[in-house]
Amino acid sequence: MSERPVLAVEDLTMHYSIKAGAVRAVDGVTFSIERGQALGLVGESGSGKSSIAMTLLRLLPDNAQILRGKILLDGVDIVPLSEERMREYRWNRISMIFQAAMNSLNPVYKVGEQIIEALEAHLESAREESIERVRRLYDVVNLDPGLIVRYPHEYSGGMRQRAIIAMALACEPDLIIADEPTTALDVIVQDHILREMRSIQAELDMSMIYISHDMAVIAEVSDVVGVMYAGKIVELGGTADVFHSPIHPYTRSLMSAFPSVTGKKRELGTLTGEPPNLLDPPEGCRFHPRCPYATDVCSNQEPPKVRRGNHWAACWNPQGE
Amino acid sequence: MTLDIAKLVPSLDSRILLKVEGLRKYYRATANRFRRNRGLIHAVDGIDFEVAKDESLGLVGESGCGKTTTGKLLVRLIDPTAGRILLNPGQQQPTDIATLKGKPLKAFRRKVQIIFQDPYESMNPRRTIFDTVAEPLKVQKMGGTLEHLDRVSHMLELVGLTPPSTFLFRYPHELSGGQRQRVAIARALIVEPAFVVADEPTSMLDVSIRTGVMRLMEELAARLGIGYLYITHDLAVARYVCDRIAVMYLGKIVEVGETEELLQRPKHPYTQALLSAVPVPDPTFTRPPVRIKGGVSVPVDPPDQCRFYSRCPLADDFCRDNPHPPLEDKGAGQLAACYKA
Amino acid sequence: MAVSDSPPTAPRSLWAVRAALAARSFKQSWSMFRGTRIGIIGLAIILFYLLLAAAHPILMNTVWDEKIYDPVVGYAFDETRQPAPPSWSHPLGTDPLGRDVLSQLMYSARSEFMLGLLAALITVSIGTTVGAVAAYFGGVVDTVLMRLADIMIMLPGISVLIVLSALIGVEHFELALIIGILSGFGGTGVVLKSQALSVVVKPYIEAARAAGGGPVHIIFVHIVPNLLPLSFLYMMFTVTGAIFSEAVLSFLGLLNVRMSWGLMIHTTESAGYLLQVGEYWWLIFPASLSITLLCSSFYLVGRSLDEVVNPRLRRS
Ligand SMILES: Nc1ncnc2c1ncn2[C@@H]1O[C@H](COP(=O)(O)OP(=O)(O)OP(=O)(O)O)[C@@H](O)[C@H]1O
Ligand SMILES: Nc1ncnc2c1ncn2[C@@H]1O[C@H](COP(=O)(O)OP(=O)(O)OP(=O)(O)O)[C@@H](O)[C@H]1O
Ligand code: SF4
Ligand SMILES: [Mg+2]
Ligand SMILES: [Mg+2]
Repeated sequence: MSERPVLAVEDLTMHYSIKAGAVRAVDGVTFSIERGQALGLVGESGSGKSSIAMTLLRLLPDNAQILRGKILLDGVDIVPLSEERMREYRWNRISMIFQAAMNSLNPVYKVGEQIIEALEAHLESAREESIERVRRLYDVVNLDPGLIVRYPHEYSGGMRQRAIIAMALACEPDLIIADEPTTALDVIVQDHILREMRSIQAELDMSMIYISHDMAVIAEVSDVVGVMYAGKIVELGGTADVFHSPIHPYTRSLMSAFPSVTGKKRELGTLTGEPPNLLDPPEGCRFHPRCPYATDVCSNQEPPKVRRGNHWAACWNPQGE
Repeated sequence: MTLDIAKLVPSLDSRILLKVEGLRKYYRATANRFRRNRGLIHAVDGIDFEVAKDESLGLVGESGCGKTTTGKLLVRLIDPTAGRILLNPGQQQPTDIATLKGKPLKAFRRKVQIIFQDPYESMNPRRTIFDTVAEPLKVQKMGGTLEHLDRVSHMLELVGLTPPSTFLFRYPHELSGGQRQRVAIARALIVEPAFVVADEPTSMLDVSIRTGVMRLMEELAARLGIGYLYITHDLAVARYVCDRIAVMYLGKIVEVGETEELLQRPKHPYTQALLSAVPVPDPTFTRPPVRIKGGVSVPVDPPDQCRFYSRCPLADDFCRDNPHPPLEDKGAGQLAACYKA
Repeated sequence: MAVSDSPPTAPRSLWAVRAALAARSFKQSWSMFRGTRIGIIGLAIILFYLLLAAAHPILMNTVWDEKIYDPVVGYAFDETRQPAPPSWSHPLGTDPLGRDVLSQLMYSARSEFMLGLLAALITVSIGTTVGAVAAYFGGVVDTVLMRLADIMIMLPGISVLIVLSALIGVEHFELALIIGILSGFGGTGVVLKSQALSVVVKPYIEAARAAGGGPVHIIFVHIVPNLLPLSFLYMMFTVTGAIFSEAVLSFLGLLNVRMSWGLMIHTTESAGYLLQVGEYWWLIFPASLSITLLCSSFYLVGRSLDEVVNPRLRRS
């Protein structure tokens, strides 16, 4: 069955302009997500993960411009939409759990109030109906409904994060974007939240974009993985494919540098050199100054997409096979 | 129990560099001046451990369990409520760090150093790398400026910031995170300490540069014969840098053992839970479910029973009615504090 | 310990490196400062008055006859009626006592600068030390210093000055000292302490302690330098306050000074010309305009320094 993807992003390019020039935070990014699928985006700090998320929601700061590309949500390109139309899409169709969102609850209002407010603004539902709905949501994220009438400071960090997830789920969106929702949390709390998010996602048949710099978390939550480096997706494919037979040298070094508590203890890999400067990214393949496999062509020509089934990487010297 | 024997025969093991006995640190809960009986936070609640020369002991545990407090106690950035910290316990006159003052305290600072978690905030933004690294030499009055230049250059080379002359007079904001963390290591090692507390030294770094810094610390430890207390919340990282691991929970050490042994065969239910919660970078691996709920709470006036009781899947009435279990040998030199393990 | 391969740099070149670093950071700040425009306007006004102040002794020694142009004891024998309106020989006219207004204006500029800068220096050295010490030690030291600050802030500054100047003869130096102490132990100290509090909790302070650094080392090497940008800003505001207070006190005739802008207005007032501004504008405007301009120029410079040192206000 060839269903239309929930989200299709084509050649998306977004720059921030600052005094020193243009920060090329998102550069020619293409991917799509089917219904019920979870896409994991991994990449190191500053690779443009949050920037992609903000672009998808069109929640960009004043100094950002979308230069090129399409964001097709259920076939509708939302790039040219007016801010007013866009507001209908946010929360209802796409919603987001922000990086460090647990600190974004307003401390002077009860948490339940804040969710109900968000609901009423978008659904125009009656009060009792909203309350009932929040109760159900708390059930879904495993929070005691008694907490609805409590203030944020009475929640622990993990509970706050779950409330935020409940809020993001409130309008049953088609797509939910989670930007490092568990980074600040302990592993045990993180484990609970990851499990919950996956089961909710399966239950509601939602699509999800999960952003993290933690390879291990991405391996656990996503069906499809996109690896970002310097504003570009350099490798994209099924999670098992990407983790077991990575094509791109950057993906390989990320994998080998990541310690694991299970399995045989192997030598950890390192990466030399500096993280790229997005104001003046390297010519050709952006990874070439740090790449152990780089050849001459890498430093002056944009690498081609190498495909292996549903799995591709942009590289002149693909690895594995 | 091994600890008592060690007390009776002080020179039992001359390889032991640092020995901690019954270390405690309590804080008053909340700075609310309107409430009486504020209670005590038992941040570190009676811990014992030893670190040998060129050994790296990992201290792992969830946020708020008292890891940083322990680290700061060892370098005397804070004063302990009770307990002894002996430097070189095998020698004739071991130093008790816990009670040092004045000149001896200043001299002690040469022997024990700390590397902080945050490479961005642990350096004065208005001072150059040279000033930062040379600071311990300067305040300890070890040689003149010329010698400082020499030693700092040498140290920068050692931590891989080459050529040193290009880094000496830069400001911290002109370095990347990994480079700054190297500077932090250089600063800690320049006085040639015998013991270093490393408080999550790589947690703020990207994966691709993290390994480099970890490897550097290992290498220097071997070369200079330094003992480490390596604080981290990440068991996977601890696996790669530590010879032994101590697991901490609410101010208590609940398990200590050789790294691989502890990771393969955890004895304490908390260690088991912690291990099963660590995500694994392998999509085909399915982790067993974690059997405990909730996060670490704040240890304000904890009841006299096992600290883990309220979250423990194995707990029974015996655990409820008895005091916190002692650290006991559970085979193969692995100590755990649990009645049921 | 092995000796590094690179030859040791001579200490003299170490200082050269430091000077180069200072110059570089000055250059960066300067380019940011230049971008603020209001700062440049302020600086231009300050420069103008500096020139006036510097030109006075030169003029007195060359073209101006001391008997006529001395700002205090001179008399314009060449005018028939005092106060005389502006003319070629007296560009700003003369005052009711027959003294040259321009000469008075220029002569006073120097003492205004001395007063302002001295008061500011005292304020800032006290304020910075108080702030850093209170923040670092906390506890009793903090409490004592902050209660002292409360007292200083509660004292109504001008009235205290009035009483003091009635009791003892207050000259420029004493005035600077009083203003400096009041504001250094008072408001400025409190502001700098709150800034110091945010420095004290930084891990690099702990790192310095772990290195073996004592309180003196930490306060003067780590805390104070991080307060300097803000202190500098408060220095500018203190200059404004000092010049203004001086003007008020001299106007009331309470200061024991030879000549100042406030005193010029005081002379006008006591000779009964204050209400005839339209006719005798040169008696009022040069002095009052100078007070306003110099006060606001330091304020403008302070504001744009604020933008330089305070990234929160920086425009992208
Ligand atoms: N408003 C902005 N103006 C200018 N540059 C920006 C802005 N926001 C982000 N950037 C830059 O864009 C790049 C990508 O940032 P982004 O926040 O998307 O990274 P990220 O992958 O989410 O990183 P992290 O893992 O640290 O959250 C970075 O170099 C960042 O400095
Ligand atoms: N100065 C202080 N005053 C009061 N309580 C404190 C203070 N410092 C730490 N605590 C408390 O002591 C406990 C242990 O804190 P500590 O910083 O040692 O934890 P940690 O294990 O290092 O956690 P993390 O992994 O988050 O760094 C916490 O409950 C904390 O709230
Ligand atoms: S002693 Fe009891 S409560 Fe404590 S960890 Fe062991 S089984 Fe659990
Ligand atoms: Mg981000
Ligand atoms: Mg800590």
